[in-house]
Amino acid sequence: MERIEVAGISVEALIAGAGPPLLFLPGGDYVAQNRLFLDRLAQHFRVVMPRPPGFGSTERPAWFRNVGDIAYLCLDLLERLDLRDVTLVGSSFGGWLALETAVRSSSRISRLVLIDSLGLKFGTREERDIADIYALPADEVVRRTFSDPARFVPDYAALDEAELQAVARDREATALYGWKPYMHNPALVHWLHRITVPSLVLWGDKDGIVAPSYGEKLAASLPSARFEPVAGAAHYPQIEQPEAVADRITRFAQENRP
Amino acid sequence: MMQANGMKVWHFSEMAYHPAWPQLGESYRVIIPSRLYDPKVGADLYHRYLDEWALCDELGINIMTNEHHATATCADSVCTIPMAILARETKKVRLLALGMPIGNRNDPIRVAEEYATIDVISRGRLEMGFVKGVPFEIAPANTNPAELMERFWEAHDLILKAMQSHDGPFTWEGTHFQYRAVNVWPRPWQEPHPPVWMPVGSPGSASEAAARGITIGVLNTGWVRTPAIYEAYRKTAAEAGREMRLDKLAYMALIGVGDTREEGWRRADQILGYSRTSGIVAPQFQNPPGYVTPGINAQMLKTGGASMARATRVQTKDGTPINARTMQVEEAIDAGLVFAGTPDDVWNQLKAFYDHVGGFGHLLMMGQGGLLDHDDTVANLTMFSREILPRLTELG
Repeated sequence: MERIEVAGISVEALIAGAGPPLLFLPGGDYVAQNRLFLDRLAQHFRVVMPRPPGFGSTERPAWFRNVGDIAYLCLDLLERLDLRDVTLVGSSFGGWLALETAVRSSSRISRLVLIDSLGLKFGTREERDIADIYALPADEVVRRTFSDPARFVPDYAALDEAELQAVARDREATALYGWKPYMHNPALVHWLHRITVPSLVLWGDKDGIVAPSYGEKLAASLPSARFEPVAGAAHYPQIEQPEAVADRITRFAQENRP
Repeated sequence: MMQANGMKVWHFSEMAYHPAWPQLGESYRVIIPSRLYDPKVGADLYHRYLDEWALCDELGINIMTNEHHATATCADSVCTIPMAILARETKKVRLLALGMPIGNRNDPIRVAEEYATIDVISRGRLEMGFVKGVPFEIAPANTNPAELMERFWEAHDLILKAMQSHDGPFTWEGTHFQYRAVNVWPRPWQEPHPPVWMPVGSPGSASEAAARGITIGVLNTGWVRTPAIYEAYRKTAAEAGREMRLDKLAYMALIGVGDTREEGWRRADQILGYSRTSGIVAPQFQNPPGYVTPGINAQMLKTGGASMARATRVQTKDGTPINARTMQVEEAIDAGLVFAGTPDDVWNQLKAFYDHVGGFGHLLMMGQGGLLDHDDTVANLTMFSREILPRLTELG
């Protein structure tokens, strides 16, 4: 883990591998479970995974309160590390952050990959686009999140204090940023036209948190996007099928060299 | 021990809609459909609970209301509505709303207006409670749990400023609340504002209240957990240089009194319907992220929730845990949650508890709870007023 100073905040970041830069923004939970996926990506990219304020061990200043703040932090981070021609990858809540970042500026971003992303509202006011993880029984949330929960949900009793604290902080921060409107920004869908870089929308075909049809609408709303289902995976395809998903991203990046 | 000024007693009921209870399953809150509520039955219940509070004006027992949302355990979803009725219907006793969940209400100015109006109509008899709210109040309010206490304290500061500002509008550009022109009418009757109360359940929150001179209501903490809470309050008050008075401390007990021990226990057993049902909530609403600190949540992940259960459990004097859902009168008396029996029994239990915790100035008496009916409630309150109230002058 490294610490990068951005906007007066000491941001925890994992930096691994060598090659063209890839910024990965994980979901709001199960962050440690992205390990194999990141290892695979690191064979082809210089992977940077920052933990925004409130997540992991990054302190959140009192003024730092919404996903827009995180988006500017990500843009600052790209400048701070002087990353160019970046492949930006976001999963779940991190997909929302990736979209908020890219609509503000794509000057350092050349490709966008969204995996079962949140952040948008397509349905009517009486339709729930994103499953309410705070109102469903915990075991149902887990069943909607993973195709085979027993393989991916960690044994919390076996984790050390720092790991448990990070999980608790991730969950609190996700609620803080995503409580209301629930996991989306109502205006964001109207700014997606600003993201003209080639985009890949990957979606677990068994996702019970946010359905593949949502991903198809997202892909259709982006100027240059392709939708691809991930067969057999639920909400976190890159955790369930780390090598296959990493390889698809690598191929997508190679196909879309500037 | 501090100077005794006479303990004040407050009758409290949650106005339960108990007719629905037999139809509820593993949650008495949040997700229960309102088709289980019959307004005709509900109207009769509201009127009888109000009648019981109105009687308190004659009995010399003060009045306490509270509020919960989306639940059949407490049909009082706006604590100021029964209080507004009682502000006119009573003439003598004081009126404690404990209280308004100001971290969950969107408009603190509206809270100031409601409280100020009741204070004026009652000619200065209001005591105003501000409550954090139990975790399962988050879902009905849909407020951000991670910012709850920030909103609570900002709303608290704004309400008190609004009540004390009498020279026209002021501006409030806060983190959670923004108003260009705060100008609350009516101004409250009491100067500088009605007394402020807050329920607390831990030494940490007792200290926060003590630092600000807020009266604390301690509920359901019993013989084992209450002393540390009062001690934290006294310690912080002393450190802050505040005069420590017993009327800064309140304790809630379920009280059943009767001509015989059997009758008092029977009444207490029915009131215990409150304790047996109030914690029945679907687990996913019991700890929204951010309601407690990451440190506590990390511990809960490690122990599968057992650490939290240990910290909040009901227990007898020797530390034996009690199952709240099946609790019986005898063990609830032992735990200090219930005072019940003959007037002498109740007095002896109350006095022992009072001495054990170092004294307190307010007894929040749940004189009605669960299935206790109107006649029994009237008898319970009347006997308490006649037999026990006169003895309380030596406490408090």
